[in-house]
Formats: sequence, structure tokens, C-alpha cells
Amino acid sequence: MFEAFSAETLARVQFAFTVSFHIIFPAFSIGLASYLAVLNGLWLWKRNPVYKNLFNYWKKIFAVAFGMGVVSGIVMSYQFGTNWSVFSDRTGPILGPLMAYEVLSAFFLEAGFLGIMLFGREKVGEKLHMFATAMVAFGTLMSATWILSVNSWMHTPDGFLISENGQFLPLDWWDIVFNPSFPYRLTHMVLAAYLTTAFVVGAVGALHLLRRRTDPEARKMFSMAMWMAVIVTPLQIFAGHEHGLNTLEHQPVKIMAMEGHYESHPDGWTPLYLFGIPNDAEQRLDYAVGIPGLGNLIFEHPLDYPTEGLDTVPDEDQPPVFIVFWSFRVMVGLGFLMLGVGAWSAWTRWRGTFYEAIWLHRASVVMGPSGFVAVLAGWITTEVGRQPYTVYGLLRTSDSLSPVDAPAVGASLMAFIVVYFFVFGAGTFYLLRLMSQRVNQTSPDITDGPIRTAGITPAPQLKPDTLAPGE
Amino acid sequence: MIFDLAFIWAGLIAFAVLVYVVLDGFDLGVGILFPFARSEKERDVMMNTVAPVWDGNETWLILGGGGLFAVFPLAYAVVMPALYIPIILMLLALVFRGVAFEYRWRTQRWKGFWSVAFFGGSVVAAFTQGIALGALVQGIEFEGRAYSGGWFDWLTPFSVFTGIALIVGYALLGATWINLKTAGALQAWNRDAAKPLALITLVMIGLVSALTPFQDAVYFERWLSFPGSLWTAIVPILVAVIAYKLFTGLRDGFDLQPFLMANAIFVVCFIGIGISFYPHIVPPGMTIQEAAAPNSSLLFTLVGAGILVPIILIYTGYAYWVFRGKIDENSGYH
Repeated sequence: MFEAFSAETLARVQFAFTVSFHIIFPAFSIGLASYLAVLNGLWLWKRNPVYKNLFNYWKKIFAVAFGMGVVSGIVMSYQFGTNWSVFSDRTGPILGPLMAYEVLSAFFLEAGFLGIMLFGREKVGEKLHMFATAMVAFGTLMSATWILSVNSWMHTPDGFLISENGQFLPLDWWDIVFNPSFPYRLTHMVLAAYLTTAFVVGAVGALHLLRRRTDPEARKMFSMAMWMAVIVTPLQIFAGHEHGLNTLEHQPVKIMAMEGHYESHPDGWTPLYLFGIPNDAEQRLDYAVGIPGLGNLIFEHPLDYPTEGLDTVPDEDQPPVFIVFWSFRVMVGLGFLMLGVGAWSAWTRWRGTFYEAIWLHRASVVMGPSGFVAVLAGWITTEVGRQPYTVYGLLRTSDSLSPVDAPAVGASLMAFIVVYFFVFGAGTFYLLRLMSQRVNQTSPDITDGPIRTAGITPAPQLKPDTLAPGE
Repeated sequence: MIFDLAFIWAGLIAFAVLVYVVLDGFDLGVGILFPFARSEKERDVMMNTVAPVWDGNETWLILGGGGLFAVFPLAYAVVMPALYIPIILMLLALVFRGVAFEYRWRTQRWKGFWSVAFFGGSVVAAFTQGIALGALVQGIEFEGRAYSGGWFDWLTPFSVFTGIALIVGYALLGATWINLKTAGALQAWNRDAAKPLALITLVMIGLVSALTPFQDAVYFERWLSFPGSLWTAIVPILVAVIAYKLFTGLRDGFDLQPFLMANAIFVVCFIGIGISFYPHIVPPGMTIQEAAAPNSSLLFTLVGAGILVPIILIYTGYAYWVFRGKIDENSGYH
């Protein structure tokens, strides 16, 4: 059944599949954990029950998403060994300690305080409960820090030497942890996680505003989310730009693929391609539409600065351009859409129609999943752009594989696909149903539990007297 | 020099795996006992006894795997492909089981399905962990720096037997845990169940112990040759004493004693495995020293572990303290 594929192809597909599923949940839980800490803090400070209601609402959503993140993460931590054991043996002395630090300083922190955050408010009191909530949020950020250090090192390895048996050995831990692309990658990812969460929270707030415009919880979460969109999106575009400059310095081939530059421009005036179909076989960008010179400006070069293209790179050292070119465009396009929604929300706020702007609310609902798509597209850009290497320029993907046969990798891949679609499909369904429920359920007997066993909970009836303006 | 960094690290990894076994052991055991509960209400209570702590328990498994990758990358690179199939099965089982903690409360129609997922995931996870242990005791072939055995080397009557033994052992831990955390009919049922479970566990430990010396000449030498066996004889004697305290604890209706004694059995058996393995990390051919990462990696990680592991133990202990005592049947946020 799997004879048509090599073990390497199947192992790559398996890793791409499991890591793509996995990254969705941390992208959400990093942002949501911080949001929960802010909500809990505001509740303690202002004693406005809206904050507490929002905390209790989002913590259940957090718990489901966090559970999915944990189980998909355990898979990742063992997959290095099962499918990529040569990579594990070679890079273990460097990447292993970083991952061990992630477990010690992040996973235990999250897991240890999660129970208290979810179930312990009455048992430990408000202050310790706040501490536990803050520790969970801090843990998610620590986790991001370590795993992005690992990932960045694979892109821009530093602080090592290579032993006779091919192992990477640590030389300077400071250089390893703070490798050249790490600060950019970490900033870009954490901001992405915050934006992802902001657009989910914004979509849920907007959904409930569309159903019941005076709902105080819906107003609060929509407002908070849109402030995040207004402030963080421009920061993220700037951070992404800086990250790109860093990539240009350390991984120029990746930039060539992202920009579709098959050809060199010895006289400068490099175009910025808006559209095109990368054609690896012919080594050219078909149907290219570009703006001359803008490519140079984006990378802060003078207009006549000469740039190199993929024609300077041997075929076997090139990443698959089509995927990198288009995933990059998806990410950037969504970023500008987010910027647009943020600006729109600021405009309606200034006009005083923020809570009545139905089309803004509808657009926000549609934009709910945009962060996830952008995060995935961004990861595809950077990871596929690293090919054909696992450790950039030093260890090829084809030399990283376990001594495994295609049927074993293929069978386990099938098992992962079936289980993941089923388990995470069900989880997504439960998440959407939780998000569809109103925040403040006043009826004590149907507090949080599912109201129906299938389908979306119907919108509550709007009573005329609750539609008075200004709540 | 015996007390070098690799030796210390072998001890720390062994400690992480042991903590994993005693902590996740009882919450996997709760899952294994799930279908035998007599009502949905009992299942709800059983699940709520572990809901606040299971995630922390399972993190020790990540530390065991991640720690092996960090400080014994060669052992990690050889053992993982050797146990490819059981490890994939364990991961899939843990996926089902982990999400069941949340999903089961989010649906009525599918509640039964997620109960089965919780049970099945717990059984398969326990079984594959037992198989992995059995396969490791039997020894793993490697050549150069890579696994060189076949796909199904892990599957033998011995490893299947250790797999079943671990299911029963975890069920014992689960039963004594529920005995500790609940009251009334649920407690009484689990106290009754713990007695035959303890008996079967002990018989299985006896059989595995009797078979182990014949898996490898080194084990035989270590356990059964005079005068070394004077020392190793302490292990079975300890098991006998602990088993006696376990049964009297159950008979006299104590809450904590049976749970502690059931765990103590696991601790002693674990030490027994350590006696068999030392100085190997992957029997029969790979020693702790051979598998170890360079000293700079060991030291860098040891500094963090030295500071963080005690802190982790403190706040983990605190989390258990917060949720101490008999469970409130209406607790949880569901």
C-alpha cells in the first residue's frame, strides 16, 4: 500500500500533519492563558462581575483546548525518536537539554497549577487562585520560549561543534539558546498567538452581539479583542518585517523562495512579485505580476543593489518554492486583513457606533479562524523554507531518518490521521458549542452543561425590554 | 569514577520514570476500573478524583522521554525505533484518554463513547508500557548507533505477560486511590476489588521475577549467585512485608495505608529492575556511559534540574494538598 512512497516522504508527511495539528492549540492557549490572567486580575481589581463571568466562560474553553494541546504535544515529544532517530542522536546533546528545560520550567508549571486554576478558586482563595492563573500563563510563555529556541537553532545553528561520529556538541550555551533568529521568531510567534486569540475572542463577542446587542459580557470581550487587534496587528507586521530581514541575512535561499526570485538581479531593481505560479522544473515564475524595485526597498537596500536568485543555488539545495511562495502570501494577506478589521473597529469606536456596527461584527465572526490559518501558513513558510535540511545547511532531512520501513511509517500515519480527525474534530465541535453559549447563563440549573446533545445552541429570544439603548 | 554526571542523570531519569509510574499509574488505574463501576454517577466521581492532577502526572512521562533525549540521546535513538509500534499505540491511547477528561462532560449522547475511550485508552497505555518494559528487560539489538532488530522483536510471550501484569498493577493503584478519595458504597466496592487485584499483582510479580533471571545471564548472575543474592534477597523480603501491610490495611478499612503500600510495591519492583539493569541503560549492550551526551550537556541540564525538580515537587505536592481529603461528589466545574 505504501510502496509508492519512501519512508522519508511518509515520515515528513507524518511530522507535518501532527505538528500542524499540534501548533493550533498552543497558538490558542498561549494567548488565552494570558487573557484569563488579565480577566482574573481585572475581576480582583475592579470587582465587576462581567470579568469573573468571562473568566469562568473562557476557562472551560481553555481546558478543552489545553487538553488537546497536551495530548498532541506528547505525540510530538516521542516522534523525534520514532521517525527521526538519527536526527535525535545527532542533535540530542544540543536540542535535548533545551526541551528538557521546556518540560521542567513550563509543562510542569502549567500542569501543576492548571487544576487549581480550573477547580480551586473556592479552595485556595482569590489571591492564590490569581497566582495559579498567572503561573499557567507564565508557563505557556516559557514553553514558547524554549521550543522556539529549539526551532530557531534548527534554522540558524550556533554555538556548537561537530564530533567525529557526527553529533552536534555544545560549545556555548548562550549562543545556542539565543541563536541569531531566536528573538525574532519568539516575538513573531507570541504576537501571533495573542492575535489568534484576540480574533477568536472577538468573533465570539461579535457573534453574541449580533444575537443580543446589550449583552455586557459580549460587549466587553468584543471591545477587549478589538483593542488587541488595533494595537498588536501593526506591531506584528513590524515584527514580521524584522524577522524577514533576519531570514535574509541567515537563510537567503528561503527568502528567494518566499519572493519567487528564481532569477538574480545583478543591476538591482528587484521586483516584488504580487502574483505568480512557481515552476520548479523550469526554474521560473509563471504569470508573474511584480512591481519593479519594491523588492529592493522591502529589504532596505538601495534600488540598484544587486540581488541573487535561486539560479545561484544548486537544485538539490532548493526548498519547494510553490509551497513557500504561496503560504507566505496567505500569511501576509491575512495579516493585512486583520489590520483592516482593527482599523475598522477603531473607526467605529471613534464614531460611537462600535456596538451597533453589524457589518463589523459579521466580519469579525468570519475572521475568527484567521489567526489559526495565518499561524499555519507562517509555519509552513518557515519550515518548508528550511528544506532540504533539518539543521540548516548542516544536516539533510534525508540523513535524519530512523531506520524505519515505509509500511510502518505509513500505517502509523494512517492511524494518526484517523484518530486526529476524529478526536480533534469532536473537540472542535465541543469548542464551537461552548463558544455558542451565552456567557452569563442566569438559570441555575443549566449553568454550563450542554443544553442539547447535538447542533448549535439556539440564540436566546430577544425580549423587547432588554433592547433599551445603553444597556 | 562511578558518581559522575552520567550516573547522576541515570538516577534522575529513573526517578522521573518511577514518579510517572506511581502517579499516572493510579489515574490510569481509575480508567481501567471504569467499566466496573455500577453507575454513571460513580464514574463521574471516579473521574473527578483525578481531574485536577492527571495532567501533572502525565508530564512525568514527557520528562522521562525528553530527559532521555536530552542526556542519553543514543539510548533514545535506539529504543524508540525498537519500540515503534507499542509507542505509537501508547500515544494514540493517551490521546483518547486525555481528551476524555473534558469531552465526557460536554455531551450526553456521546458520554458513553468517551467513557469507553477513557477505559480503552487507559488499558492500552498500561499494556504498551508493560510491553515496553518487558521488551527492554529482554534486551534490544543495535549496531553502531542505530537499532538493528526487527519490527516485532518487542512482541514475545514475556512482554505480553509484563503488559498484562502492568494493567493489573495499575488497576490495584487505582482501586486503592479511589478507596482513599471516596466514601460509602464506591469506597467499599474499590476496597473489595483491591484485594484480588493485589493478590494477582503479587502472583504476576512473582512470575516475572522468576522469569527475569533467564532473560539474560547477567540478571541470573546478579540475582541468584552467592553471596550477591544475600543482598538482592532483601527485595523479595521487602515485597512480602509491604504486601502484608497492604492486606491488613484493606482489612482494617484504612484509607491511606493501602494506597501507600500499593505504591511501595511498585517502588521496590522498580528498584529490582534497576538492580538487573545496572550499569546498562539499554540491556544487554549499552551502558549508561556509552549512551550519555557530552558532559557540557549533562551539566547544563543538571543545573536546571537541580533547581527546578525540587520546586516542581513542592508545587505538585501543594496541588495534591489543595485537593486533599474525600472528594465532594458535586465538585468540578462541569
